[in-house]
Amino acid sequence: MIKIKDLHKNYNGLVVLNGVSVDIPEGETLAVIGPSGCGKSTLLRLILRLEEPTKGSIEIDGQNIARLSEDGLIKIRRKIGMVFQSAALFDSMSVYENVAFALREQNHFTEAEIKKVVKQKLELVELPGKENVMPSELSGGMQKRVSIARALAFDPRIILYDEPTTGLDPVTSTTIENLINKLSRELKVTSIIVTHQLSTIFRTAHRIIMLDQGRFILGGTVAETKRSDNPIIKKFITAGGET
Amino acid sequence: MIEKLGHATLDFLEEFGRTSQLFLNTIASILSGKTNPRLVIEQMVKIGIDSLPIALTSAAFVGMVFAVQIATEFVRFGASKYVGGVMGIAVARELAPALTGVVIASRVAAAIAAEIGTMKVTEQIDALNALGTNPVRYLVIPRFIACTLMLPILTIFADILCFFGGYVVSVYLIKINAVDYMNSAQQLMKYSDVYGGIFKSLIFGMIISIIACSKGLGTKGGAKGVGEATTSSVVASLMALFVVNYFLSVLLFK
Repeated sequence: MIKIKDLHKNYNGLVVLNGVSVDIPEGETLAVIGPSGCGKSTLLRLILRLEEPTKGSIEIDGQNIARLSEDGLIKIRRKIGMVFQSAALFDSMSVYENVAFALREQNHFTEAEIKKVVKQKLELVELPGKENVMPSELSGGMQKRVSIARALAFDPRIILYDEPTTGLDPVTSTTIENLINKLSRELKVTSIIVTHQLSTIFRTAHRIIMLDQGRFILGGTVAETKRSDNPIIKKFITAGGET
Repeated sequence: MIEKLGHATLDFLEEFGRTSQLFLNTIASILSGKTNPRLVIEQMVKIGIDSLPIALTSAAFVGMVFAVQIATEFVRFGASKYVGGVMGIAVARELAPALTGVVIASRVAAAIAAEIGTMKVTEQIDALNALGTNPVRYLVIPRFIACTLMLPILTIFADILCFFGGYVVSVYLIKINAVDYMNSAQQLMKYSDVYGGIFKSLIFGMIISIIACSKGLGTKGGAKGVGEATTSSVVASLMALFVVNYFLSVLLFK
């Protein structure tokens, strides 16, 4: 369970988030929509505490993440998988090493166990046999899938997706959307998807909220969103997500 | 003009504060035993072994050219028997540590800042954090320890090569007596000259690595930002090295 209360974030006086509040129950796939630069990615960075909020709080499983020690924060982060917009794979490491990274760093697993987990996660993202390939040799969609496999290494209960399908062709986008649904269905993970891709929003989300001028302006299902009378939502959907 | 000067001063103080904070974090993490030996060894090879050719070639030729300059003059004034001693003191106290520091600052500071800077602008540092790995532990500590340990070792090799580079030129080119060269070195040099030089190189190793890591972690923007971080890491490392070298020399050898 994630509870976001009255979250504010300013950068040098520029207001990005202006009192955002939302509860995300376990197992839900929440899509956060909005135009580029509206603060969607910032929200994910704040949930991971990659940045500090100007005001407000974020609770994960009842723990206020701002009050956690370094070790406590590491424990929370290992419950969360993050798929970055740029995939952010470690470019000096092979696919295997990328997926194995967090497990190796923890020092609790044997190499045989790590190998098994990597194989399983790569199969899950439909990239078996790519262990020895370097990230630079993969297409954008494949990199995103490796990024998902890496995020899944610890079997996280929460997955944050930052623009998982932006810039990908429709076929690859559909593959990733299917994967997001599969993870939600089979692993029962809580997902927050930040995107402005309508197909991703409509195919994956249980609930949709829109960020506009630093505030949430809607909370509803896909059907409710499509029927919404709110002019900002209407404009967003009519424009195909590119307001 | 005054406004620009004010901004430059504030930028410098901010940079100095961030680097000092990183240094303290690094020391605290090392003391709490949060070090990965595999990563340290990897960096020791990159920073130390891979720098051997350039460090030793520079040392040997600087020793040789220094000998050409001083031995010729010493012979002219009838002081040829002091060449070895002067050479030894100059090499141990200044030439070897400073030269090795300059070589490592140019080669390693640039590489560290470029690598960490690229990771920063491509969200790889964020990915480390997201995967529950502290970037200071994973990236900074191994480079800091490796640089701090390898610079003195490289300096010891540079001491030997630089001194014997001078020996070759003095004895075989300037025709100074080989025994005189070695005897004067033995008589004029003190152990503290060698230890002092090695101690200085240890401090240089800390300075170079921490500045390079700080510049890398502070990288903003894309390729341009990485380029700027790389350049400024070499410039800042060299400036810090020369300033600290002066004060350490006064402190250790005056």
